Amino acid sequence: MLLIPCPWCGPRDEAEFRYGGQAHVAYPGDPGALTDEEWAHYLFFRDNPKGPFEERWNHTSGCRRWFNLTRDTATNEIWPTTSAGARPGTGTVATGGGSR
Amino acid sequence: MTDPDRLWDSPEPESSYDVVIVGGGGHGIATAYYLAKNHGITNVAVLEKGWLAGGNMARNTTIIRSNYLWDESAGIYEHALKLWEGLEEDLGYDVLFSQRGVLNLAHSLQDVRDSVRRVNANRLNGVDAEWLDPAQVKEVCPIVDIRQDSRYPVLGATYQPRAGIAKHDYVAWGYARAASAMGVHFIEHCEVTGIEVVDGRVRAVHTTRGRIAAGRVALSAAGHSSVVAGMAGLRLPVQSHPLQALVSELLEPVHPTVVMSNAVHVYVSQAHKGELVMGAGIDTYNSYRQRGAFHIIEQQMAAALELFPIFARAHVLRTWGGVVDVTPDASPIVGLTPVGGMYVNCGWGTGGFKATPGVGWCYAHTIAHDEPHPLNAPFTLERFTTGALVDEHGAAAVAH
Repeated sequence: MLLIPCPWCGPRDEAEFRYGGQAHVAYPGDPGALTDEEWAHYLFFRDNPKGPFEERWNHTSGCRRWFNLTRDTATNEIWPTTSAGARPGTGTVATGGGSR
Repeated sequence: MTDPDRLWDSPEPESSYDVVIVGGGGHGIATAYYLAKNHGITNVAVLEKGWLAGGNMARNTTIIRSNYLWDESAGIYEHALKLWEGLEEDLGYDVLFSQRGVLNLAHSLQDVRDSVRRVNANRLNGVDAEWLDPAQVKEVCPIVDIRQDSRYPVLGATYQPRAGIAKHDYVAWGYARAASAMGVHFIEHCEVTGIEVVDGRVRAVHTTRGRIAAGRVALSAAGHSSVVAGMAGLRLPVQSHPLQALVSELLEPVHPTVVMSNAVHVYVSQAHKGELVMGAGIDTYNSYRQRGAFHIIEQQMAAALELFPIFARAHVLRTWGGVVDVTPDASPIVGLTPVGGMYVNCGWGTGGFKATPGVGWCYAHTIAHDEPHPLNAPFTLERFTTGALVDEHGAAAVAH
């Protein structure tokens, strides 16, 4: 079982969390302008790297808040967490509740 | 002690092949067999980074069935089941194929409705299927607890009598032996590290054993499909997850069939030697590690005990995991790619073993003719753009 560092509650067992998949997949700014292929990629295609992966977790049995972390999918090594609104790769917490 | 006779040759790789298959699992081996047998294409190499059939082919729970909901699925899975029924004769090799039937349990009113609908859909597609009430379930499998006050009461089940199990290793060995006899090269410990594409057409693969030129390249790498497809710049709509299974110690024959439960994520059969074989749902997070978390096993065992109180004194002998590639619609991707001469077979998720003969047959046709066989034509990569999904979450049985 993974030991997942919730930024608000500290390290907790994986069983307390729900997985949210790839982080930083933004809703398209103008969905109507997308081609079918672009829409398909937004809807169905996600990165699937063997290595570091920025992903979302929700601490469903704890503070019930979303956050991001980077985990290596080949080793399960986990790097420091950020809030769900942080910019990719910066490790900083955004203010004002983050992006939509 | 003398070594047994080799069932297949393991030659040094040649510098060039007509077809290179990336991935020496069940699907890759079967594809090579049907390329040689059905299409006369024998200048074929199957490249495997580990040992032959040592990935998911060695890790699955060997369940074979064709009772999927949609016409597209019934087509390819039923084709596979028909090939299973003649496989031992075709290969001249015993694979311990045993048509002991499969029960898919219903635990809620919605399960019952969905199950009856699926039985009717199966019958319209010529797939054998029956709806059984709890007493009939007990007749088929006496060790299932059908008391209605349990946590997961059995309200009935779909039953496919022609379903069953086979010995996974023997299947791989039988196919490899027959393909090798027709000239196919199986090259183990040969990991693909790059795919050479020139002017939109595949030219060669780069491997840990050197460059190998290829007229056509057929990907069949299961959990690592995203990794190898990425080498040619191709992005796939799959996510890789651990999928766990376990066996008990050897027990007297107690379980005459295969029992699956969507709702509680467990599927159980008893192997020929006597061990109970159980599979779980996937671990939720993306991972390329061939292991998962123990709480998944705990949940699966709790569910299995509710259904089979007789298992209470059995011991877990061994648990393990494989890496499965899951698609958004729980159906596979088998067909052409935007790269000329490169084909993809992936996305079988938790259920690829049963399809081994069927997908081998159809994928070989796709490679030989540079166009899909009618049975895999619905399972294109393009369906995620056109929207023509084949949503099999209901019949796929576990958390795809």
